[in-house]
Amino acid sequence: MGFIVFLLKRILGLVPTFLGITLISFFVMHLAPGEPMSLQADFNPKMTPEMRQRLRAQYGLDKPLYVQYAKWLKGLVQLDLGRSFSPDRRKVWDKIRERLPVTILINVLSMLLILAVSIPLGVRAAVWENSLFDQVTTVLVFLAYAAPAFWVALLLMLLFGIEWNLLPVSGLHSLMGYEQMSLFEKVLDWSKHLILPVFVSAIGGLAGFSRYTRSSMLEVLRQDYITTARAKGLPERVVIYRHALRNALLPLITIMGLSIPGLIGGSVIFESIFAIPGVGQLMWSAVMARDYPVLMGNLVIVAILTLLGNLLADIGYAAVDPRIRTGLQEQE
Amino acid sequence: MLQKQMHRGFISSFFHILFVLAYFIYLSTSCLAEDVSGQEGPAYGDAIVVGSIGDASNLIPMLATDATSHEIAGLIYNGLVKYDKDLNLVGDLAKSWEIKRGGKEIIFHLRKGVRWQDGVPFTSKDVLFGFKTIIDPKTPTAYAGDFLEVEKAEAPDPYTFRVIYKEPFAPALSSWGDIVVLPEHLLKGKDITKSSLVRHPVGLGPYKFRLWKTQERIELDANPDYFDGRPYLDRYIMRIIPDPATMFMELKAGGLDWMGLSPVQYKRQTNTPFFRKNFRKYKYLSFSYTYLGYNLRHPFFKDKRVRQAISYAMDKKEIIRGVLLGLGVVATGPYKPDAWFYNPNVRRYPYDPKMARRLLAEAGWKDSDGDGILDKDGIAFSFTVLTNQGNSLRDKTAQIIQYRLRQVGIEMKIRQLEWTAFINDFIDKRRFEAVILGWTLGQDPDIFDIWHSSKTGPKQLNFIGYKNKEVDRLLVLGRRTFDREKRKKIYFRIQEILAEDQPYTFLYVPMALPIIHARFHGIKPAPAGISYNFIRWWVPKNEQKYIIP
Amino acid sequence: METTLSSTPIREGKRWQKTLLELCSNPLTISGLVIVGILVFTALFAPVLAPYDPQEIDTFHILEAPSSAHLLGTDGLGRDCLSRLIFGARISLLVGFVAVGIATAVGTVLGALAGYYGRWVDSLIMRFVDIMLCFPTIFLIMAVIAFLEPSIWNIMIVIGLTGWMGVARLVRAEFLSLKKRDFVLASRICGASDLQIVFGEILPNAIAPILVSATLGVGGAILTESALSFLGIGVQPPTPSWGNMLTEGKDNLEIAWWLSVFPGLAILVTVLGYNLLGEGLRDFFDPRKKR
Repeated sequence: MGFIVFLLKRILGLVPTFLGITLISFFVMHLAPGEPMSLQADFNPKMTPEMRQRLRAQYGLDKPLYVQYAKWLKGLVQLDLGRSFSPDRRKVWDKIRERLPVTILINVLSMLLILAVSIPLGVRAAVWENSLFDQVTTVLVFLAYAAPAFWVALLLMLLFGIEWNLLPVSGLHSLMGYEQMSLFEKVLDWSKHLILPVFVSAIGGLAGFSRYTRSSMLEVLRQDYITTARAKGLPERVVIYRHALRNALLPLITIMGLSIPGLIGGSVIFESIFAIPGVGQLMWSAVMARDYPVLMGNLVIVAILTLLGNLLADIGYAAVDPRIRTGLQEQE
Repeated sequence: MLQKQMHRGFISSFFHILFVLAYFIYLSTSCLAEDVSGQEGPAYGDAIVVGSIGDASNLIPMLATDATSHEIAGLIYNGLVKYDKDLNLVGDLAKSWEIKRGGKEIIFHLRKGVRWQDGVPFTSKDVLFGFKTIIDPKTPTAYAGDFLEVEKAEAPDPYTFRVIYKEPFAPALSSWGDIVVLPEHLLKGKDITKSSLVRHPVGLGPYKFRLWKTQERIELDANPDYFDGRPYLDRYIMRIIPDPATMFMELKAGGLDWMGLSPVQYKRQTNTPFFRKNFRKYKYLSFSYTYLGYNLRHPFFKDKRVRQAISYAMDKKEIIRGVLLGLGVVATGPYKPDAWFYNPNVRRYPYDPKMARRLLAEAGWKDSDGDGILDKDGIAFSFTVLTNQGNSLRDKTAQIIQYRLRQVGIEMKIRQLEWTAFINDFIDKRRFEAVILGWTLGQDPDIFDIWHSSKTGPKQLNFIGYKNKEVDRLLVLGRRTFDREKRKKIYFRIQEILAEDQPYTFLYVPMALPIIHARFHGIKPAPAGISYNFIRWWVPKNEQKYIIP
Repeated sequence: METTLSSTPIREGKRWQKTLLELCSNPLTISGLVIVGILVFTALFAPVLAPYDPQEIDTFHILEAPSSAHLLGTDGLGRDCLSRLIFGARISLLVGFVAVGIATAVGTVLGALAGYYGRWVDSLIMRFVDIMLCFPTIFLIMAVIAFLEPSIWNIMIVIGLTGWMGVARLVRAEFLSLKKRDFVLASRICGASDLQIVFGEILPNAIAPILVSATLGVGGAILTESALSFLGIGVQPPTPSWGNMLTEGKDNLEIAWWLSVFPGLAILVTVLGYNLLGEGLRDFFDPRKKR
């Protein structure tokens, strides 16, 4: 019951944040020189001033700003984000929707990879603090942090894609014979295509996470209850994995939530390099084309997704840490 | 050796038979080898995978302006006429035509038995419908110009199409290409911009639309009922790979069969044994030219001397050397050097910075404040040149020009914009100072739409605002004249004036550098390029890579 | 640790020595300092150090491999890569200062206000932070740049305006804990205004984490700028930035490895340097480490 209340309180708390997101997006949208809708009018070569005025009224551009905002907000909730300015004139939401699954897939896989690798690494580094292992991984982590991901992407592409011809170079799946593949083969095909993008996308996160895991683990290992556990004579493995790790992972959940925007945002570069039709690439071509509706739509949708992601992280955190649910945790 | 074995006397019959068998196998395979090496005729099957940087936008020809859309639509739709390999106009959907009344009237006799890809027969109604659509002011097309010269068009019977022009119009015949034939039964009474044909075209050409995955690929299937014979290649696939480096990697990895190479790729990356074995490269002068266009309404560029000075300030040979690695020629005017109407004797602008400075000084530009940049009346000579994003050739060209202009005291800033934003924001609204762009060239010398002073309105092609009375007169005359020699003189004179006036600094005509996988036979370079006979390309059975069910 | 409220000059000298020695004891920090030092030096003395004019086009020597004439090779227009790399350091340094400066300034002010005043000011500002954190930085920057002209100043300002959130949180945390301390109470009793307290008393004591955050932030800012320049919406050619040099590297990956390797390495080393320095500073300021 307490959990439901907690959940409701959390969701309610989201509303102002949601409004804040939309407000900022709206504000950014109106930074654009000229009227946001004027480009649509220009598509018609024989636009008379009367027609132009009529269009303005139709789009509500002659109303005060707050009315426009309310209208836009209403459209947003109904997932009506207007139409793209590009020649295909499709609905913004359609364009985003068809790209979302791919980006989310890659980001989820990337996150899984990060967790799978960085947690063991961080734990080991913490347990064997200052050992050679710790120092070597620290160096590697620093390098990974400092390397521009797109550079690494190119080098890996050249190596694995061309020189050694092990992995496909671009796209999501093979071109020919794809439809005839069995489900298993299809999965294999997708996996081959996704290895490089997911890996490159995970590098930065790997570095950060293993550092966080390490420092969180170190923090936990210093705690009294660990000393107690050891004093009780429990085997080291149990001490580390049962007691320390669980507690060390808690802050990671929050960090995970916070790194979601980074993953989604980083996708721009990988998607253009690997020719993957995702949200990032859509964003980039919208920037180049000054396709304002798509730009703003993308921004808002992605921000809201991040909001939801943080909510999930919070819920996860609460599920794991009973103190939060009962409200004993002090407000940060 | 066989004889020796036999001489040794009765080797077991087993070996005997083995050898005979081996011999037969050898014979039959060598026969096969002979067949394959040249005597076998064209085979059906296989697919070709083409790379494209940009996605198509709209597959109805008259509605799109980008090259990718036209490339795809060109395989799905046909026109009344087309160009053959020697750039002569021949019939396509029209099997013959008559030109009457000194060029004012054309009667097309259309082929019978042609069907749209949904089975409905093609008739003159489709041509008439296409014509009415293109001149309809509600249709957002850039190609209405030639058709607005028509006084009346009619379809007296299903296989005759008659068009009467207000005045004799020399480019008339060639204008009836694939842009103007539409399936009336599918589009009548509907808003063409919202039709499903935008993304699912139905044509009557050699290929049928199969699928279009946005920003991924477009697939076409061979049309078995194509009136000119089914294409040999079963499928045409265009893959959209926005990045040229990635596209090249795909080519090497076998994911692409055909792409346009950049000069660097052509000269430096495709000379290995691997490439020589698996691919064929071609080069020919492309049907386009690149230029630096000035907004003639801008106070800087109103003075002819300034424009000429800029032309002298840059070294076009250097640009060709640096940008095209030598794979191109200097452009002296708005035409390709191998066209019959090209004038080789117009005023040239070789690299001469001294001359440039002198002309600029004459026009009143001096460096009075010693900052290295010329100024006049307190205004520094600094302008921004716009070019379309993603075109590395134009980007490099801009940088070279910027470098040379700086040496004569002119500051040029470069700004890159995506194509549609470029056109809508800046070209159509005339919010630019200078641009680096290119024009594709047609086969007819008529350039009325680009240079006539009446075409300076919004969304029209004379966006620089060029107004020269003599050129106007000659442009009109050139359209009305049918005699080739007379036309030649007219267009020669136009080129002279343009070279003198320099409303553009004409930069270069680049070479097209396609590379195609070696398994495709039938490619024959000709004045028209290589894709004129695309539907006759084929792959020998044993080399076919893709099996199309 | 001795309190230093009253110390003789001789003791002061020793204290400084001790601080410096401690700082220098960590080899990683030293490396970081050295790297940053080299960067600053290169950026400041670029015109002297560079063998060629970075903008000089030479179409007879296009895409040449490293040689004695051009130590790091030439690019697609024959320009010397080493010179461009050296001048690119200027951009990186500038980005570091301006973008991080803006982010730090904004973050510090907002964090200070939130931490010091608490209650609704705190809630409002933290809510604002939460909202900003929901936007993927690159997307936000791209959206804004789409409306403006891509130029280095626009880029730096926008990077700064989208990167202040971490600093704000940090500063807020510091203020929350510091404002309860005695010296603050003492100042208030003495009649100091809020502004004086915030900037005069608390802030100097909160410098440490701000400094660490700023140093670490430089690396991130440089990576962001290089990514944006790589995509074509950052620093525009012909101005050399390591990011836009990599764009050309990408287009010529097969035949001109030097265009990709060196700028990428430069970014790597520079960001590494700042990160090492930042981490070193963090360790130095960490009260929990043995001193």
